[in-house]
Amino acid sequence: MSDVTLNAATANPEAAPRTAPVVSTGPVAWLRANLFSSWINTAVSLVLAYLLIRWTIGFIDWAFINAIWTVPVQGNIPQTQACRELEGAGACWAVIGEKHRFILFGTYPYEEHWRPLLVCALFIALYVVSAMRRFWSWVLIPIWIGTLTVIGVLMWGGILGLSYVPQERWGGLPITLILSTFGLAFAFPLAVLVALGRRSKLPAIKMLCVLYVELVRGVPLISLLFMASVMFPLFLPEGMNIDKLLRAQVAITLFAGAYLAEVVRAGLQTLPRGQYEAADALGLSYWYKTGFIILPQALRLVIPPLVNTFIGFFKDTSLVLIIGIFDLLTAGKTAIVEPAWQGFGIEVYVFVGAIYLVFCFAMSKYSQDLERDLNQHRSR
Amino acid sequence: MKALRLTLAAVMGGAAMLVAPVMAPMMAPAMAQAPAASGATLDAIRARGTLICGVNTGLAGFAQPDSQGVWRGFDVDYCRAVAVALWNDPNKVRYVPTTAQNRFTALQSGEVDMLARNTTWTLSRDTSLGFDFTGINFYDGQGFMVKTSAGVRTARDLNGATICVQPGTTTEQNLTDWARANRIRFTPVVIERLEEVVGAYVSGRCDAYTTDVSGLASTRSAQPRPADHMILPDVISKEPLGPAVRHGDQRFADLLRWIHFGLVGAEELGITAANVQQAAQTDARPDVQRMLGRSGELGQMLGVDNLWMVNIIRTLGNYGEMFERNLGPIGLQRGPNALWTNGGLQYAPPLR
Repeated sequence: MSDVTLNAATANPEAAPRTAPVVSTGPVAWLRANLFSSWINTAVSLVLAYLLIRWTIGFIDWAFINAIWTVPVQGNIPQTQACRELEGAGACWAVIGEKHRFILFGTYPYEEHWRPLLVCALFIALYVVSAMRRFWSWVLIPIWIGTLTVIGVLMWGGILGLSYVPQERWGGLPITLILSTFGLAFAFPLAVLVALGRRSKLPAIKMLCVLYVELVRGVPLISLLFMASVMFPLFLPEGMNIDKLLRAQVAITLFAGAYLAEVVRAGLQTLPRGQYEAADALGLSYWYKTGFIILPQALRLVIPPLVNTFIGFFKDTSLVLIIGIFDLLTAGKTAIVEPAWQGFGIEVYVFVGAIYLVFCFAMSKYSQDLERDLNQHRSR
Repeated sequence: MKALRLTLAAVMGGAAMLVAPVMAPMMAPAMAQAPAASGATLDAIRARGTLICGVNTGLAGFAQPDSQGVWRGFDVDYCRAVAVALWNDPNKVRYVPTTAQNRFTALQSGEVDMLARNTTWTLSRDTSLGFDFTGINFYDGQGFMVKTSAGVRTARDLNGATICVQPGTTTEQNLTDWARANRIRFTPVVIERLEEVVGAYVSGRCDAYTTDVSGLASTRSAQPRPADHMILPDVISKEPLGPAVRHGDQRFADLLRWIHFGLVGAEELGITAANVQQAAQTDARPDVQRMLGRSGELGQMLGVDNLWMVNIIRTLGNYGEMFERNLGPIGLQRGPNALWTNGGLQYAPPLR
């Protein structure tokens, strides 16, 4: 210690020893300012850091280091003893290796799995194209109709040399994507109309819209699905059946429509009255006024709640499990019914959760960018 | 004005919510009486060329899709047997997964032709729901599972125990009834989800776990060391499971009923998937000759090919083989489902 001071002094005899100035930029300064500014902040930071590190190490241990990736198969029966002996210390990813195709595509014929895979890819491509602003024109309409037709052909088959696959064999990710895409694609225009209708001066239209919104919002989605699946068929003449998926689809669309309508109405309410009056003063008709002045402003205001509702509905589609449709989550649950794989629920839920996360995070991220771009003039 | 509108809307929404669950049970029996000509369903199935079978959404051993998405299980094999009897092709079946809630509507509305879905035969289901049960292919009942180390040997030893049970179904009610009748005190631990209730039992939060014996067996077989757990011999409720069809489908019901009896009869006569072809040619016993279509016109009487039983047994095996293939791996013993000649309850009236 003393040596150091001595040497330093001899090296530069004229300068008095000074401590370095406190760094006020860079990561160290940031840490000091934000995490360790007082003793209480320091204590909280240390405790949280400890918990975070413990948990991360635990998760890495479970998910990677102690995990078992494959299990031997003896005469068609997988031998999962190795996994069971871990007793929860490590993940048994072998269940995903064995069951991922079932979780993703349900009971769709095994050798035809390329069809639902292609359908998922088409859906994602459709989302990406619709998200790009350079395609925001009438060309989107033929793109959507074309893609959805191709998706229908791929799923059902029966033409072009594809074998026919009845609807009850569909399952997994395509079901989730179909229910949420069609649901929101039809619910959104419906919602705009209902929101406009609710502000209409015509009493009949207004009453009808209020009735629809309040009636649908007043019932849980699960009971609407029940009505669609359990009661509706009883009203039909015997022998006449409307497809189960279509019934669920209609219920989800109606439900999403009511919620989105209120979100859109909130946007309409926010617009200052002057906008309406200015449009009227220009002599625009109702539809011109709504289409060119009101809606473009109102909708960009409500992007966050709209996307919130979209994300909510994407996940709500998993409620169709109560009427026996194998969506992504239900297929995951069914995959672990088999005795050999019972008890590996966490692995399957992590897998399914990761898929949901990818879609929801993409939606959320995109909406943030959209919001920033569209609302630049009002950013503060 | 605004307040009034909101109240009105709230009242209407509330009314819809109240009406929906009240109306559902009222509607079901009323609509169930839809008339059906005695052969309508069978003719419709033939015209369609596939059988539509309502099965469980996933229950180990009874109905569950395997890793390739192919339905397997004991109930599923009954659907296959009908398709084999009609067209000698086990693949002409479309499976509609049904939940405990929508299974009855699915059958009533004609969405499915038959239910093979662990459905307990009860008086009210037979009458007011408008179904015909065509036999009992599995005698189930509620039982208890305990840890072998606990030293419990019969259910009466459970006095003062903590028992894990799932709410909602009749399981909880049966448990309470049984305890009251036998003056047994117990502490229930009621947990909704299967994985959690099993977890509570395994971790020692409960001394015993109760549900149907078939469910206990599959839970036990999924444990790391099944021998650590034992299923008590006491069965405290009757859950006779069987396929069901709509009221009025007599010809279709007859076919299902005699397929089940044929499967049981075949086991009794010792006819298996391996020896059925041989037996059809050489076995001289009159019962065998009739069953396998060498003499008499039994198939014709049911409206199917006279070789119906040969085809079914060749593809799926007899009752015992179906049981071993599907329910053996989940650790179920024959128990009450043994043949009557072995002290069980499975008894087939004569096929003649």
